[in-house]
Amino acid sequence: MMDRRDLLKMIMATTGVAMVGGDAFGYEMKGQVPLSKTIFSSDDVILFNEVAEVILPRTSTPGAKDANVGLMALILANDCYTSKERDVLVQGLQSLNEQSQKDYGSPYLLLNTQQQTEFVTQLDVDAKTYNNKQDIYYLSVTPYDRNSNDDKPLPHYFTLIKQLTLFSFFTSKEGATKVLRYEATPGKYNGELEYKKGDRAWAT
Amino acid sequence: MANNDYDAIVVGSGISGGWAAKELAEKGLKVLMLERGRNIEHIKDYTNAFHEAWDYPHRGLPTQQMKADNPKLAREYTLNEMTNGMWANDKDHPYTEVKRFDWFRGYHMGGRSLLWGRQSYRWNAEDFTANLKDGVAVDWPIRYADLAPWYDYVEKFAGIAGTQEGLDVLPDGQFLPPVPLNMVEKDVAKRIEKVYKGMRHLIHSRTANITQAMPEQNRVGCQYRNKCWLGCPFGGYFSTQSSTLPAAMKTGNLTVRPYSIVTQVLYDKNSKRATGVEVLDSETNLTYVFNSKIIFLNASTLNSSWIMMNSATDVWDNGLGSSSGELGHNVMDHHLAVGAHGSIEGYEDKYYSGRRPCGFYIPRFRNWGNDKRDYVRGFGYQGSASRSNWQQNVAELGIGADFKNALAEPGSWNIGMGGFGEILPDHKNKVTLDKSVKDKWGLPVLSMDAELQANELRMRKDMKQDAMDMLEAAGVKNVQGWDGDSPIGKGIHEMGTARMGRDAKTSVLNKHNQIWDAPNVFVTDGACMTSASCVNPSLTYMAITARAASFAVEELKKRNL
Repeated sequence: MMDRRDLLKMIMATTGVAMVGGDAFGYEMKGQVPLSKTIFSSDDVILFNEVAEVILPRTSTPGAKDANVGLMALILANDCYTSKERDVLVQGLQSLNEQSQKDYGSPYLLLNTQQQTEFVTQLDVDAKTYNNKQDIYYLSVTPYDRNSNDDKPLPHYFTLIKQLTLFSFFTSKEGATKVLRYEATPGKYNGELEYKKGDRAWAT
Repeated sequence: MANNDYDAIVVGSGISGGWAAKELAEKGLKVLMLERGRNIEHIKDYTNAFHEAWDYPHRGLPTQQMKADNPKLAREYTLNEMTNGMWANDKDHPYTEVKRFDWFRGYHMGGRSLLWGRQSYRWNAEDFTANLKDGVAVDWPIRYADLAPWYDYVEKFAGIAGTQEGLDVLPDGQFLPPVPLNMVEKDVAKRIEKVYKGMRHLIHSRTANITQAMPEQNRVGCQYRNKCWLGCPFGGYFSTQSSTLPAAMKTGNLTVRPYSIVTQVLYDKNSKRATGVEVLDSETNLTYVFNSKIIFLNASTLNSSWIMMNSATDVWDNGLGSSSGELGHNVMDHHLAVGAHGSIEGYEDKYYSGRRPCGFYIPRFRNWGNDKRDYVRGFGYQGSASRSNWQQNVAELGIGADFKNALAEPGSWNIGMGGFGEILPDHKNKVTLDKSVKDKWGLPVLSMDAELQANELRMRKDMKQDAMDMLEAAGVKNVQGWDGDSPIGKGIHEMGTARMGRDAKTSVLNKHNQIWDAPNVFVTDGACMTSASCVNPSLTYMAITARAASFAVEELKKRNL
């Protein structure tokens, strides 16, 4: 049995002329990445989500956990990060629990909400201090512009967590459509839209 | 056995190839259009057109694996998940670099017409006389007046949005209503007009996005999604698929053959004419010969020259069109990645809706009129103003509900613009065949040896400083200039390597784009350009192609070819 592709090849070979619309395919879309294809475990996702939820909590609108930010963040860290960046993150997640153990006598996930907020607030301060010491003032929101041969100093691991959280959240359907505003087909451009404080920003 | 004889063969299906096929088929010629890559059918094959950021496995970002597989594509926005598979990959399509050269290609039906930036500007009268005046390279064999009616013709069909401005530096054309400017851009435009006393202008971009439906082409019009590079199901922008291909197919005179790498033009030294082309089927590796009376090379700037270098080597060592010694030389682009940005206060009660496919344009003002600089030629700017979003504050301190709410609101208004500068044709800047490296099909590859020269480097100082000065003059705060790397090719406006001219001794093509050594071969893509102007080139390729096609058919009728 000859499949369609082989048949088309044969027709092309004998006639020299292919048919438009043959075995064409257009833009490629890769499949979603399962967590099992990464170095991270579901425990890592849970931990990341709980930290991310403190950064972007559920309010009247969805929060980080609603968007399962942890899964996206760790897939990005696995596939888009350089190995150096990934190492900083992996060691960071580990040290986060060690620090929590030291400060509160228990791992991060067992802290109550108020303790988690205190802890992450302190991390945010530590990260800023650390970054300033290294003259890291500008931080990309995505891992997009970092080259693997880039030997610039890396920011504090919490900064990586925050970057991944914000990017994963605001590019998620929940973040983009329920926290920000998104219109798939605007149909026109209005360059003089009135704005009042509190109106949501566009997702893109 | 199929009939392999045609009146005309068009090599390439991008912007200029699509125009050549349409014009020749509409004039009654039996046309074969050859495309080296796969077919992409309008609308049906725009498979990502309705996908959103959250549909992509990495939200659109390139992975390290993608970067490792495509180190050259990874230099720019060209490597991402949205257009994955569209820009020619590095592995199958290598080239070598004596100096860094970015070469981003679209090897599929429609070529880069699906992926282009769509900015569409006419050249001005001085662009065509500049080489003569400056004593640079050779004089163009045509003038603005030769092309003006063809600009009219292609603009009407392609659909260009813009405004009539009455500027000699940027001639007006046949425009659809413009894509709007926003409040900030309009006010900055007024301030620039005032400060520079009408010598500098911030105007609407002129773009090949249609702001009104074109029902005769089944094109609905721009929906302000700003996803043009995914192929537009609304026919919102000009591409081969949305515009020229359906018109050409309607004639019943066009045959399209994808997977067809043209390896050489077949040349008969007795008649001094080309007889057809040799095609390597990229799927089967079988070789075919197709014959025709005329051939249009529209394979994209460097690939059209590559085909010539591989043709008639029994007559000329360096290939068809090489007798002047200029084939492969004078490669040009536009240099960019230089400009300025800042923030602007006082518009906190203004916003916008919709996603534009473009922004504003500032036409060239340097070395224009009475202005004289320590370099020749000039540059224009493209830019836009917008309010920052959630990306605004990542480096700032903050977590929690207030932080989230702050990020959910738009931030400050920012405005930025980047320059596009003219690169002079320079014999030193060249591409040659590198036979030591072969592509997937065993074909020799191109080697790139080109870089910015002193004139461009001097110009870049102005490109940065003028952008900063103009923004500051317009009341913009926190103005910062930037000047990054600008290797040739980064602008994706490759031009030259088979220039038009007045003399067979110093140019490859004559004033009708015929190869001096094979008058039934026309080269009407970017390869033909004698100089580069500073405006985006595709509209000019369209006009040059339509003009050459008309001439070719007349000559055929007169039995001159």
